[in-house]
Amino acid sequence: MHQTIDHPPMKLSFSKKFEAIDLQDLSEASVQATPSDVKRILNTGKANSLEDFASLLSPAAEPYLETMCRLSQAATLKHFGKTMRMFAPLYLSNECVNVCRYCGFSRHNNIPRITLSLDEVEREAGLLHRQGFRSILLVAGEHPKYVSNGYVESVVRRLCESFPSIALELGPLEASGYAPLVNAGCEALIVYQETYDENTYHSLHTTGPKKHFNWRMDTAERAYQAGFRRLGIGALFGLHDWRKEAIALASHAQHLTRNCWKAQVSLSLPRMRPAAGEFEQVEFLPDHQFVQLIAALRLFVPKAGITLSTREPATLRDGLIALGITSMSAGSSTEPGGYSAFDETSFTPKDEQPGEQFHIADERPPAVVAKAIAKAGYEPVWKDFDQSLLADPTVSEPMQSPEYQIGKIESLESLDPVSIK
Amino acid sequence: MTSRTSQTLKIGDREFDSRLLVGTGKFSSNESMKEALRASGSGLVTVALKRANLDSSNDPFANILDFLEPDRYLILPNTAGAMNAEEAVRIARLAVAAGLPNWVKLEIHPDPNYLLPDPIETLKATETLVAEGFTVLPYMNADPVLAQRLQDAGAATVMPLGSPIGSNQGLDTKSQIEIIIEQASVPVVVDAGIGAPSHAAEAMELGADAVLINTAIAIASEPSAIARAFAKAVEAGREAFEIGLGSASKKAEASSPLTAFLGT
Repeated sequence: MHQTIDHPPMKLSFSKKFEAIDLQDLSEASVQATPSDVKRILNTGKANSLEDFASLLSPAAEPYLETMCRLSQAATLKHFGKTMRMFAPLYLSNECVNVCRYCGFSRHNNIPRITLSLDEVEREAGLLHRQGFRSILLVAGEHPKYVSNGYVESVVRRLCESFPSIALELGPLEASGYAPLVNAGCEALIVYQETYDENTYHSLHTTGPKKHFNWRMDTAERAYQAGFRRLGIGALFGLHDWRKEAIALASHAQHLTRNCWKAQVSLSLPRMRPAAGEFEQVEFLPDHQFVQLIAALRLFVPKAGITLSTREPATLRDGLIALGITSMSAGSSTEPGGYSAFDETSFTPKDEQPGEQFHIADERPPAVVAKAIAKAGYEPVWKDFDQSLLADPTVSEPMQSPEYQIGKIESLESLDPVSIK
Repeated sequence: MTSRTSQTLKIGDREFDSRLLVGTGKFSSNESMKEALRASGSGLVTVALKRANLDSSNDPFANILDFLEPDRYLILPNTAGAMNAEEAVRIARLAVAAGLPNWVKLEIHPDPNYLLPDPIETLKATETLVAEGFTVLPYMNADPVLAQRLQDAGAATVMPLGSPIGSNQGLDTKSQIEIIIEQASVPVVVDAGIGAPSHAAEAMELGADAVLINTAIAIASEPSAIARAFAKAVEAGREAFEIGLGSASKKAEASSPLTAFLGT
């Protein structure tokens, strides 16, 4: 069995460090940056400080977007080559105890609530496997009853033979809660801060464990202590001033790169999409600035992965392939069980998916996205990790079926009783 | 005669006509990789096992091995992705179980940013795998003492880096590599950081037995063409080394030697 890496706790967690960062000051300086500031940074080919990064987000940097993109492309090629890592999300459950005003899964939204049984998970995963995916992101709402650690661990153990790389996007846990999931075969942990503005955060997350701003912010570090090899962070653009969010996110990425040195840090920059609920986004991040942000991040944290999901439309995604993106999802459903309702040949939704988290923009099937990637001169990489790195094939250890935390689960009706041994 | 002065490169029990080793990551397509490997004339190509399908299911989505031609090259599995000796040993064993050669390029880099090799874990894994009969080619930092330790542990080559993987910065570690070459009893393969044919030629002129190139070929606009250029540079550098280069001097020799008083 894989030995969990026991990293020492951080000397200074990001939430502590973050208190000393003056986002207001940095974003004001960013808006006021001059063309000569921008030229100085671009001449060195990289952003050497958070101030430099902020300058690259400035209106003064906009005329230099082409130069920024060329530098971003060159830096990405050196580290990642002409490759694009492919993955798909698999939604396990949309049960959620949190109230997040912008999210389709928010507790008070009237949507069909679904938690997949292990057999249903396997069926969904099989459909993704047939499309080529060997890297999968398991997503679930935060619900101690329906999405217990034991449930997730059982899912991981079911899937790890077919999926060499398994990532998780769940409600934050303690490091001790993550360790069994790492042991079961998970490689990556994804957690978005959503917004780095504390006031906005509290106004959007009114109920549930998610309301704890600092606890969420330090999740990636707890995951590292538990042995995850890839740490994904992100902000949901549309909730607050985009420059402030970007500066905070960049600082967070730099902190993780320095303190979690054995982990690959990756960034996601989701922009708000239509979802259930009445939430109107407060600030739209336009395409031009979105691209500027991607290039600026590449020049500040050149070796961080950058993920682009199907939230973005096909034309924009195709254009971004060569500009700094390193991993892409394709053919995604954001509803638990959604892939089973896809048209089998086209691998696109047959009907509306009322239980979805948000509505995607790029509905092309994975094979078509892969073709677009190849056309851009990049190799879609479906498999880039191997479970044998984690589990010793020479030791045949009987698979232990994890016990459910029965004490915490009041009812198991949503789980397939036959599949629980 | 040692391998360093023979015309062919000898590693373990195999001889290779070409002194250029090529990696298979970062290419824009498997087809372009296949062409570039052919053009390089290399006889030894390395592939990351994490990219390959190691069971017998012929997975079309993890089929990089299908594009490597075993009649042209010896396939050298590498352990990229391993963070410690234990993981590297596991995946090397698995490769053999899958029918790949019992040769392994050890790559143990816990730091995913610069991919710098962990010396302690690399030495441990070398000891284990050599004992199990593997031909072990360890990727290492350009540390002469580590090179000696790896040699003592039975490594078939030592593979010091010129500069970090993918950096294309050339032989930043030149003075250390010179010491490694001077002390080596196994072939020295300069691996990583070689970004231009001139860097490859420089390594060969120093007396390296071979070089390994990946990024500089894979991300070039014409991988096959640049692979050919690297092949020529490797040959030219080797020839120059074997012929012997005149030592360069910034100062002219004094016309009246200080030792003239000794007479003739």
